[in-house]
Amino acid sequence: MAQPCAVIGVGQTHYAAKRDDLSIAGVVREAASRALEDAALTWTDIDAVVLGKAPDMFEGVVMPELYLADALGAAGKPMMRVHTAGSVGGSTALVAASLVQAGLHERVLTVAFEKQSESNAMWALTPKIPFQPPVVAGAGGYFAPHIREYIARSNAPGDVGIRVALKDRLNALKNPFAHLHMPEITFEMIDESPMLWDPIRFHETCPSSDGACALVLASETSAQSAPNPPAWVLGSAMRSEPIMFPGRDEVDPRAGRDCAADVYQQAGITNPLEQIDVAEIYVPFSWYEPMWLENLGFATDRRGWELVLDGTTSFDGDLPVNPSGGVLSSNPIGASGMIRFAEAALQVRGMAGEHQVPDAHVAMGHAYGGGSQFFAMWIVGSEKPKAA
Amino acid sequence: MREVAVVSFAQSPSVRSEANRNEVEILLPVVREAVERSGIPRKEIGFTCSGSCDYLAGQPFAFVMALDAIGAWPPIRESHVEMDGAWALYEAWVRLQHGDVDSALVYAFGKSSLGDIHDVLALQLDPYYMSPLWPDTISLAALQARALLESSKYSERDMAQVAVRSRASAKSNPNAQLTGDFSLDSLLAAPYISSPLRKHDCPPISDGAVAVVLAAGDLARKVCAKPAWIRGIDHRIEPQALGVRDLTTSASSALAARKAGLGDRPVDVAELHAPFTHHELILRDAIGINGNTDINPSGGALAANPVMAAGLIRIGEAAQRIMKGDAKRTLAHATSGPCLQQNLVCVMEAA
Repeated sequence: MAQPCAVIGVGQTHYAAKRDDLSIAGVVREAASRALEDAALTWTDIDAVVLGKAPDMFEGVVMPELYLADALGAAGKPMMRVHTAGSVGGSTALVAASLVQAGLHERVLTVAFEKQSESNAMWALTPKIPFQPPVVAGAGGYFAPHIREYIARSNAPGDVGIRVALKDRLNALKNPFAHLHMPEITFEMIDESPMLWDPIRFHETCPSSDGACALVLASETSAQSAPNPPAWVLGSAMRSEPIMFPGRDEVDPRAGRDCAADVYQQAGITNPLEQIDVAEIYVPFSWYEPMWLENLGFATDRRGWELVLDGTTSFDGDLPVNPSGGVLSSNPIGASGMIRFAEAALQVRGMAGEHQVPDAHVAMGHAYGGGSQFFAMWIVGSEKPKAA
Repeated sequence: MREVAVVSFAQSPSVRSEANRNEVEILLPVVREAVERSGIPRKEIGFTCSGSCDYLAGQPFAFVMALDAIGAWPPIRESHVEMDGAWALYEAWVRLQHGDVDSALVYAFGKSSLGDIHDVLALQLDPYYMSPLWPDTISLAALQARALLESSKYSERDMAQVAVRSRASAKSNPNAQLTGDFSLDSLLAAPYISSPLRKHDCPPISDGAVAVVLAAGDLARKVCAKPAWIRGIDHRIEPQALGVRDLTTSASSALAARKAGLGDRPVDVAELHAPFTHHELILRDAIGINGNTDINPSGGALAANPVMAAGLIRIGEAAQRIMKGDAKRTLAHATSGPCLQQNLVCVMEAA
């Protein structure tokens, strides 16, 4: 049986378009140092290090875990590097948790980062591969048709995306680490912003960010001696499906549904909307909030947008979604998934600061990547799982 | 720990250039062969993990297309490391320890022919202080070989002997790329390409793919007559900067071997991922392999070196000896990074 595992340390950098005050090593070390501080541990207390990031072309460093080994105190320790596309931050946390759940290690440091300013993600995402059609439009151009299909299926009003963007950007004002702080943001400002990839407007899309996020994951014994409250992992799962084949539903992918069903089953959740207090969901383009609400079973099919319009997902709603401001407010790509997992942990630890949701005991962290085909999720809670 | 074994292994023949097949086309028959040999239906395999490098293909998410080769529908539990496939096997072994899944497919692939492998690997170095100088793999390895020679532990003749033995052994490996009988003196008469390394001290440039199936406990016993039981597996990393390491030894290999439970008992076969001749000399001493061990009977990375797959191939080859009944206890080693920076050791035994 898998052993219990808990988050006992969370560290984040301030996210920004350019962290030119820090090298790549400096960025990961800043997040890792803060996670260790939260856990009241030193580098020598760590048994293994798991690093995650999105494609190496985003910085131009091949397998950067090799170069980052000493910056992360990994010398003489096991070190791994996970890469599962946009879901990688989540997958990385899950691989790190897996080491504890397998009973191999007491305390594992996991770090995910992206320093987008070192290179150009749009270039990196648009290679000319023989016999493959290039996207030539980055992620927005790829996902916009999926969103249009969602709108066509659901008959959602046109302003749903704007409402999501407004909510997340207002939430970001409560999060000191968020990249975009826009106190002047209004519905009209988003509505009037340039259309980038119809229906995605400029203010409905995520920024390009530099930054890193780190977690310390611990066994039951280590969690019980941690100074701050642990966030217990109640369920964890990954799912993948191929990017392209006839009949594939790219709007509501089966891999996402299967992954959610798996974590809910592990965590004993039968009614996610009722039993989950807060969710950090990977929403890089505003419309993905209602789309994932359906995929994750928070809403019935084609009704996810209603939870946006009726305020359910707002900061003081029944299911606050992305109280941190989400990917729409900070997007160091490789870290974005881990930030979702970290924010979920902060909420159930009662350590989210100004964006703390009252009485949050069970939270979801969600990440997706590739062509909506890689999924990583976890459910964390303030109470130790019953089986443990 | 839960008992986990390698129950099947397949690889593509390593070649200088797979000009007519993309990664998916190379992988498909290899994965199919490994899965069929395992006797476990594809849909019943509980976890999948792979290793590859985007920069070899020159595109982001190079592993995404590989999903087409493995049958990921309905959706599967799957993960990927941007590391040699040996570390994907480690992740799968860890996942099997949880107890809820009993089998895993592990695969890796690399086509070094698509670009300039030396330029690609130069980008593994510190991006601010080292990569701008474009130090290539062979030059870095030469610095290490020079340090080893100056320690007086070994000579250039010792290095050449590794090449002679490896390529002679590779004659019996249908998947090897560089095989044949070479005379020591003729090899040593060749010019240096980066002193003290001659061509025979360096690995070939290879394209290739590999797949391994792992199974736990009773399932392994059911599907495989002689499973190669993983008795210990561990990996360790060192700082990258060459100036802070003793390049004449491999502290991380020694530690990984100890943690993997190698102990004093001999191994019949050791498959060492030693792309350069001096790597084998360093690894033999660091890990503590004695004279009776058959080292790299496959020919090793000096005979076939598909980057990202070559480490997992070592595990497959070492497991194969047990599955065929030719060995009772074997060791496999994988390496990553410049000058043996990161190392993995896997000890396997027959029942």
